[in-house]
Formats: sequence, C-alpha cells, structure tokens
Amino acid sequence: MTDPIVLAEGLNKSFGDTRALRGLDLGVPEGTICGVLGPNGAGKTTAVRILATLSAPDAGHARVAGYDVVRQAGRVRERIGLAGQFAAVDEKLTGRANLRMFGRLCHLPRREAHRRADDLLERFGLADAADRRVAGYSGGMRRRLDLITCLIQRPDVLFLDEPTTGLDPRSRTEIWDAVRALVADGTTVLLTTQYLDEADRLADDIAVVDHGRVIATGAPDELKAAIGDSLDVVLEDPGALRPAASVLHGLAGTDPTMTGADRLSVPLPGGAFRLADVVRELDRAGVVAADVRLRRPTLDEVFLRLTDSLAAPFADSEESVR
Amino acid sequence: MTTATPTPTAGRLRRPVGDGLVLVAREVARLKAEPGQIVAALIFPVVMVVLFGYVFGSAIQVPGGGDYREYLMPGLFAMVTFTAVQGVMTRTAADASQGVTDRIRSMPTARLAVPFGQTGADSLIGLPLLAIMVVTGLLVGWQPHRGAISTAEAFLLIVLLRYALGWVGVYLGLVVKDEQTAAQLVPLFLPVTMLSNAFVPTDGMPAWLRFVADWNPVSAITAAARDLFGNPGVRSAHPAWPMEHPVAAVLICSVALLIVFVPLSARTHARRGR
Repeated sequence: MTDPIVLAEGLNKSFGDTRALRGLDLGVPEGTICGVLGPNGAGKTTAVRILATLSAPDAGHARVAGYDVVRQAGRVRERIGLAGQFAAVDEKLTGRANLRMFGRLCHLPRREAHRRADDLLERFGLADAADRRVAGYSGGMRRRLDLITCLIQRPDVLFLDEPTTGLDPRSRTEIWDAVRALVADGTTVLLTTQYLDEADRLADDIAVVDHGRVIATGAPDELKAAIGDSLDVVLEDPGALRPAASVLHGLAGTDPTMTGADRLSVPLPGGAFRLADVVRELDRAGVVAADVRLRRPTLDEVFLRLTDSLAAPFADSEESVR
Repeated sequence: MTTATPTPTAGRLRRPVGDGLVLVAREVARLKAEPGQIVAALIFPVVMVVLFGYVFGSAIQVPGGGDYREYLMPGLFAMVTFTAVQGVMTRTAADASQGVTDRIRSMPTARLAVPFGQTGADSLIGLPLLAIMVVTGLLVGWQPHRGAISTAEAFLLIVLLRYALGWVGVYLGLVVKDEQTAAQLVPLFLPVTMLSNAFVPTDGMPAWLRFVADWNPVSAITAAARDLFGNPGVRSAHPAWPMEHPVAAVLICSVALLIVFVPLSARTHARRGR
C-alpha cells in the first residue's frame, strides 16, 4: 500500500478569534471509509472544506489523490466528490436534470452525462422519481440525490459532511447502504458525523476530533478495547443509587455514570475484577442488584471518555452521581 | 495510484464558455419548470405601464407638451432594466445559501462559468421582458419616432446596461450569501429607480435631490432612450452632464460597472472562504 489517498498534516485554520483547527493530522488509506467523529464545533466541517479545496488552511498542508489541495486544487477537484450538510441540488429542476447538469459541469460529454445520470438514478433507487422536481422529494430522497450527484464524475475520494443529519432512521439506513456500495466500487470515503452508531457501522477507521485536533484514531473495536469493558448495574430499588455508586467507585476507581433512573455504568480497566466480586461488594453494602453485566463499551462512551479527559473534570459532567 | 479521467485538451476558453452555457440552460430550465413565474415576470411591466401611464398620467402634465405615456415608456424600460440587479442577486444568494455554489466550487467547473452563466441567463430572460414591454407600449400609444437605427441603438443600450447590472447582482448575491437577506434588500431598489427622471422631470426637485436624480444611471438610460426613440422629454436650462450626453453616460456607466464588477465577482466567487 502506498501513501494514504487523503493526507492532512498540521492543518490550522482560524476564523477571527476562533481557532477551528489546531494542527489536525489525518490519513485515509485508499478504498476505506474513514469516519471523522466529533461534537459540533470540533472542526470537522472546516477540515472537509479544506480537503475539498473550498477553503485554504492558514498553516499545514494536505494532499488528496496525490495532489496538493492548495497548489493543485484543479487536479483535486477532478478527483473528488463533496456532499455538504445540505442537499445542494437545484430544487426547481428534476432529479435527472440536476444530475445531467452537474455531470456537464464536471466536463462529461453530453451523452456520457446522460448515461451516467440514468445509471445512478437506477442504481440508487431514484429512477421512478427521476423526472419529478426535487422540491417534491422527501428528505431522504434529496440526500440520496445529493450523494449520487457527487458520483457523477466517478470520484476517487468522496467527502460526506454529516450525510445523514436530520434524516429519519429508514432514510439513514438507505444512505448507509449507498455509501457501502460505493466503497465496494473502490471509492475512498471520508465522512464526518456526530452519530457514533453511524461511524461504528460504516467506518473502517475512526478519527475522533475535538477542539480542532485528532485526539484518537483507530478501528471502532480498537477504540472500544482501548478504554476497556463497561460494567452495567441495574438496581431493584432506585433509592440505592448512592451506596451502589460508592461501591462501584471503590472497585473501578472512577465515578460511575447514571444511565437510567435505576442503573449505573462504570468503565473497567481490562480484567480488574470478576463479576462475582461486584455482586459480593454490592451485597455487603446492602444493595440489591436486578442485573449485573460486563459489556463492551459503546462508541458513545469511548467518545465521552476521550473528549472528557481533555476537557473539564469528569465530576462536572451532568450525569455523574455522587 | 489514481487513474485520471481523460480530460479533453481543449482551448482555454472553451471550458468557461461551455460551463457558462450549461448554467444558462439551467436558468432557462428553471423558468420552464415554473411557468407561473414567467407569467408574473411578464405581467409586471404591463402592470407598470397601466398603473403609471393611466393613474399617474391622468394627473401629470409633461412640461413642454407631449403625451405622458410617450414620456413614461423610456422610464419604464429603465426600471425593468434595473430589475436585473435584484433578480441576479436573489438567484446568486439562493445558490450560495443552498450549497449549490460550494458544490460547483468543488467541481472542476471553470471558475468564471458561474457568474457568466448567471448574467448570461439574466440577459436571455431580459429579452422577452423587453419584447412584452414594447408591445404594451405600442398598445398604449407609445412609439419610436426616429427610425430603425436609433431604435436599435436604444435597445442595444438597454441590453448592454442590463448585462452590466447583472454583474452587480452577482457580486451582491455573493456578498449577501443568504436568500432571506437578499429578499429583504429587494424593496430598496424601488426608491433608487424612482429617484430619477423616469416618471417625472427633475426640474421641480430640490437642488440636492435633483443632483442625485440627474446623476442616477436610471436617469441616464431614460434620457438616452427618450432621445433615441424621439419621445418627449424636456431639457432644462442647466442640465447635469449625464443629462446632456445620456448615450455616452450609459456607455461609460456600463463599461465602468463591467470593469469593476466582473473581476470583483469572479474573485469573490473563486475565493476560498470559510
């Protein structure tokens, strides 16, 4: 394998006093899906805009498909597709007319643009709606059209900025299927998201971004393994939360998180103790547990742990007890 | 690592022109998709002719004699010409706020194609508007009196100015970037066209207002059209320079607008922002 097809090194970008990116590094191997995960304002969109040649970094550099995004922007544009946070299509035109137009703007010959538009509409289930105006499309259909518009020139790299934000679960699944189909064709995808399950289900690798920097990278399972398993405890009596939290704190060394009115969750450093120890300790404190379970952490927990360790102390988190 | 899509090695200019034509075709297709909008756009000048010609015309005496509707028509041509600014501004801002502009910026589309497409499309849309105004004007008793060449010159001036104004619209749209803000700016254009000799002679205005009105490009195109059509329009004793040389004033104004706003809009469109 050669260099990553998307490579960003030390990207910095400020807007006035706001430092959107502070030395962001990123590498995406060809033919993979990279999920850039982060809260609102973490700098995800800014990074995508720089990689897609819409914005220039103040410092640092980036290469996409072998070309520098600043000095060889024209070359980069011939090889990428970008879907932003809105469905950026012309509402007054039909789906087919949109695809043909954007195909022509990518310098496809007329016949090729038409053929490609028909193929994509067929393949992504929009053939029936192709000759209706986009204004009458559902949110999911619009996003799908937006997505396939990026494919019109067969990009090597596809940038998807929060492709499913605001979509209902079913439309979201449709977009996910479409993205998977693309990667099967060999397209490299970089997608930003604030939905952890989206990154979990789609991405080969995840880059967690916070405050303009990548704070962790790895496959979803690696990230989960890195913070160890979680212990979930469901109580018979919600009134026993405090003593139970105290017991868990004693065992794990960190404050547990309240995950419901009667349940607590605490991350466990790898193999710290056995389930039997937990039950015994709870029993000794007079707490009756309805359920005690060891569990792989969700990406949500990974994310919160990673971002919290850099931000305020855990105790400030609104859901922590004790 | 990557296989480049074959890129035709055509002349440097083929790209911007070809891309621009694709965008012109887009605007035309949009209009076709909304026949109601075409009808509304075409009715507007007709309503103007009837409203001003008969409502105002019933009370206004053209100093120096002549029919008010003959006097009015060049002013209405000017007014409709200036609607190019708001039209192009609104469409450009809509594209910017809906992300279409960014999408095109991330494509290999020629940088100049977008503003050229927008202004070109507007000029094309302007032609049927002009035609319907001519027909309406003829119906209410207006007509050109100075022969085919002068008449053609007048229309060419109108088309040229409209094209130049389209570039102002592109720039404003790119700066405003937001459809709603653009829509809020539109009502401000009416006073600008009213503050001219389009509907009434400027002689009676207070000195400062008359100064503004005489130097307003709306007045220049109105005066030029009156001259070239041979329509009534009074020359006051001490006219401002643009009123004495309205054709030259329109030409200078159009060229100046193009010199300023073509590069400015092109740069603003190509600039990498946020």
